[in-house]
Amino acid sequence: MAGLEDLYREIILDHYRTPRNRGELEAPAVSAEGHNPLCGDEIRIFIDVKDGLVSEVRFNGSGCSISQSSASMMTTAVKGKPVDQVRAIVKRFKQMMTIDEDDNSAIDESINLGDLEALQGVVKFPVRIKCATLGWNTLLDALAESGK
Amino acid sequence: MTFDVATIRKDFPVLHRLVNDKPLVYLDSANTSQKPQVVIDALSTFMETGYAPINRSAYQLAAEATDAFEATRSALATFINAPKANEVVFTKNATEALNLVIMSWGRANLKAGDAVLLTHMEHHANIVPWHMLVAERGIQLRWVPLTSDGQLDLTNLDELLKDVKAFSFTSMSNVLGTINPVQRLCVAAHKAGAIAIVDACQSVPHQPTDVQAWGADFAVFSSHKMCGPSGVGVLWGRESLLEAMPPYLGGGNMIADVRLDGFTTAEVPAKFEAGTPAIAEIVALKSAVKYLTDLGMNNIRQHEIELSTYVLNTLTSRFGDDITIHGPTNPELRGATFSFAFRGIHPHDLSQVLDQTNVCVRAGHHCAKPLMRILGANATVRASFYLYNTTQEADALADALDSASDIF
Repeated sequence: MAGLEDLYREIILDHYRTPRNRGELEAPAVSAEGHNPLCGDEIRIFIDVKDGLVSEVRFNGSGCSISQSSASMMTTAVKGKPVDQVRAIVKRFKQMMTIDEDDNSAIDESINLGDLEALQGVVKFPVRIKCATLGWNTLLDALAESGK
Repeated sequence: MTFDVATIRKDFPVLHRLVNDKPLVYLDSANTSQKPQVVIDALSTFMETGYAPINRSAYQLAAEATDAFEATRSALATFINAPKANEVVFTKNATEALNLVIMSWGRANLKAGDAVLLTHMEHHANIVPWHMLVAERGIQLRWVPLTSDGQLDLTNLDELLKDVKAFSFTSMSNVLGTINPVQRLCVAAHKAGAIAIVDACQSVPHQPTDVQAWGADFAVFSSHKMCGPSGVGVLWGRESLLEAMPPYLGGGNMIADVRLDGFTTAEVPAKFEAGTPAIAEIVALKSAVKYLTDLGMNNIRQHEIELSTYVLNTLTSRFGDDITIHGPTNPELRGATFSFAFRGIHPHDLSQVLDQTNVCVRAGHHCAKPLMRILGANATVRASFYLYNTTQEADALADALDSASDIF
């Protein structure tokens, strides 16, 4: 059985206790809202896309330590990066979170997930994967919104 | 008889399972209950020796299966003191039973502008179908609010019931544990000219049920919460109302005749039982009814009052202001279902930590999002106790909660 230390790594709890980039952005920034209907978690991601860069990103909402810390770590990972690169990071993260053995798509080894690797232990707790990916899926929705 | 939990626990094989070498502490019976050996045996015996279609074949095996199936209907009628067995309708779950009443009775009796009264403590199953009828028919919904300790605030009940056509409410909250004064609510509904629909899912497994003493018009509950198999819901309704209602699902078994230009329905309850039901599960449900009856529903209620007293005392004395338990503090006014907030730890995280010592609880919104918003929470942890739970398991819950504080 996977121990709780696999799930609640210190860096995750640090982002939970001291979330980075928490808050909102005014227009022309766009936002998207995500829900986890199983547990009631809610998250809103704000992004400001300028000249092909995600220049600013914020999140708010309420949820468990995994959903909140994952969103916080996501904001630090994507802030200031080109949209294409942000999409690649999201893809790489979701690959790490997948337990789908049929997913044979190539993993882009050039992308270093850094602190996000701490969330790898979540895969051992399948019911929590949706918590970890909530902010990331919502970021994709926000990117789609900004492309409109 | 005395209520001996240690003996009762021997009847439930799963309670003796070790998970990761530690005993199971199952505190999720408001969600679904565990099954005693007699029910497991009834299910497998019927599968092994008696399985056949019901209501449609002449051979002896099928006739026996039909008798066994109908015996459960009769046992349930006795269990809830229904006047007639044919007033008991089988559905696939209590949600479908509520949908049946709301859609069948509702479509036949409600028009634009008609009012229906619900309460703030309803399960989604007693909210969403009404919302669907709002969209379809333009009916309006009213709500009975709650007091600060999670009881129905009945101060303005007569006002709320004015010109209401149906009052649909839970007999016991699946979140707060609150036991509602069903009889009083039915009397008030009838005085206002409304019918009374009771979502009895949370109370039927835990205390005696007498639909005639309630004076209700409809009541729904589920097999799987009362030690029976899953896949079976029960609707009880007054015969005159059921007879006047149009069918809900159309198909086999529910017809008297089908022609190219139409159909005529069978008598109740067949009129509402389209298609092949969960035959074996319904047959085995009779063993659950007998098991509960033999234990005595009053004894079960008494056991749960004692457990509730212990749980409330233990959690409040050990954690004081660090724990907020929703719902009534008087064990006589509640069932042994406890939703709580603990030291600001998110319910999902809390339930994960409790799982380390096999303490099985539910974390989430419990299919009652309007109530969660009123409580000011996205989610709560819910520990729910049943006839097989012990005070030692309440201690195990408290110990596990203590260990969660070390992490967060």
